[in-house]
Amino acid sequence: MKLEGEENKIKWADYQKEIADDHFFYVRSCIRQSLYPGSEQFFLNLLGNILKKDIYENPSHTTCTGIGYHGDVVPFSTIQTVVARHYALMKESGYKNIAISCVTSFGIYTEILETWKHFPEELEKTREYLFKATGREFDIPENVSHTSDIIYKFKDEIASMAKYRLVDKETGEPLKGVEHIGCHYAKIFPKYGVGGAEFPQVLSGMITTWGGEVVDYPERRHCCGFGFRQYLVQANRGYSLSNSITKFESMKPYKPDFILTNCPGCNMFMDKWQYTVKEMNGNTYGQDGNAIPVLTYEELAGLVLGVDPWDLGLQFHAVQSEPLLDKMGIEYSKEDKYKTIDGRQMGVPAKILNV
Amino acid sequence: MSNYYDTLMKDVRFVEGLNACMNCGVCTAICPAAAFYDYDPRKIVIAVQTKDDDEIEKLLKSETIWYCGECLSCKTRCPRGNTPAYVIMALRTLSQQLGFFTESEKGRQQFALKRTVGDNIFEYGYCVAAYAMKPELHPEQGPVWKYVIENARDVFERLGGKYDEYGGGPMRKIPEDVRDELIRIFEVSGGTELFDDIERHSKAKAKEMGLETGDKGIDNPYFMEVYTKDSGGHHC
Repeated sequence: MKLEGEENKIKWADYQKEIADDHFFYVRSCIRQSLYPGSEQFFLNLLGNILKKDIYENPSHTTCTGIGYHGDVVPFSTIQTVVARHYALMKESGYKNIAISCVTSFGIYTEILETWKHFPEELEKTREYLFKATGREFDIPENVSHTSDIIYKFKDEIASMAKYRLVDKETGEPLKGVEHIGCHYAKIFPKYGVGGAEFPQVLSGMITTWGGEVVDYPERRHCCGFGFRQYLVQANRGYSLSNSITKFESMKPYKPDFILTNCPGCNMFMDKWQYTVKEMNGNTYGQDGNAIPVLTYEELAGLVLGVDPWDLGLQFHAVQSEPLLDKMGIEYSKEDKYKTIDGRQMGVPAKILNV
Repeated sequence: MSNYYDTLMKDVRFVEGLNACMNCGVCTAICPAAAFYDYDPRKIVIAVQTKDDDEIEKLLKSETIWYCGECLSCKTRCPRGNTPAYVIMALRTLSQQLGFFTESEKGRQQFALKRTVGDNIFEYGYCVAAYAMKPELHPEQGPVWKYVIENARDVFERLGGKYDEYGGGPMRKIPEDVRDELIRIFEVSGGTELFDDIERHSKAKAKEMGLETGDKGIDNPYFMEVYTKDSGGHHC
């Protein structure tokens, strides 16, 4: 049947979301601040000092308990109340736009907001629990954005300030990026993600705006394999590894130059499992026998803007990024790679890939 | 016999997750767990939909409900708007409340999750934290993780962190009064009760198996048993 007429076309506007422009209340991620502290700090630096936006972090913010919730040891009523406490901190600090660093948290914040819409009694119960436990009261935020949404919103401004582009400096060809979006970003509630679950643009938009080319491959939307209890318990880790391998095998023929993620777990697994696979059977998935560098969106934005890769923390990944840095023509110091902030020489991690 | 279905209907995730399954199997086709385990989320939804308490009790005591990774890919794809993962999350909560989780090898792992992620929340204010990580429990992460943990203060200082110190910044120390607020939230909202359920039923099972649990921490034989044991038979 031939569909005709504007009313039968999918409207791109239906897949857009509103992202606040300024005045952000920043909430950190347990995993990202543990493993990618440079990314979270660069986000604050980018927003506050480069883009001149108002962004605030409250030191009393804690875990949202999301990993415990999806590990099934934290009840839904409890996580609703913990999130309500974060909203109370936001209200007390004078902010209405929440900027969430973690995709697991982002999924939880959206799940809770939707629950409160459909089950108002859950909202009332949460208000009672929070007041009883802490004496605090909260407002529902006006805008809920993941921090990758915010970088997406300002991708053109970043492009206008770019020192480097995602282009092979030798050939002039666009570099090829695999984008991997955390499942809980838009698979649960597509309306909260840029492009929804079907046409997510949040990372691919950054890649193309900054000069690169997005790789499409069969397992593009497959889960990285975190699976919460499927990684957190040692006996289950084959689940996590096998799902990541499914993705690596699927993307390999397209010869990607880098993988870009917006989720703490995905970033960790896509990076660390490449080490594990190489130890297990010698396999690598990048070009010229190398592994594929895995970057956060803050790290990619930082490279484009000319930030020292070692101030972003790329040296602490399992897969080292030099093949990508060299293709982009980024200047970096080999000597400063493993130095402390006051210039002391640190040791070099063993068995890092691509060196 | 309890009326498990009615109990499950008190969980909003169950109400939201189960509409009318037509047995199409799209959830199973898209499921990362079904690609790895001998697992079919469609069968779980069909079994629960019958409202047969015998069938539901079998599920509550089964390995099957613990195979899901809660990626929620099934929510996007179900043509009837069901969310098998939400149904499973409600089943898991009930299984722990009733103590049925200790009947399966995968269910018993909840003790390990409580003693790590769960206890971290009260002790550190984080589910996971760099200074709570034990590289020896994560050998597959490779030497770079061990290196970062061993050189944490230098690494975090270089990257703008506030490692185990008060104030803003990545990996800052969460003040005691803030952690006390979290503990009170758990007490009033049912979180402490679920922790206690997991501890109580796990200790009973450990005693039956002749293993010690200790009162806290992971340096005990029952933790290592449930954290590492894979007797096989779970996979495709």
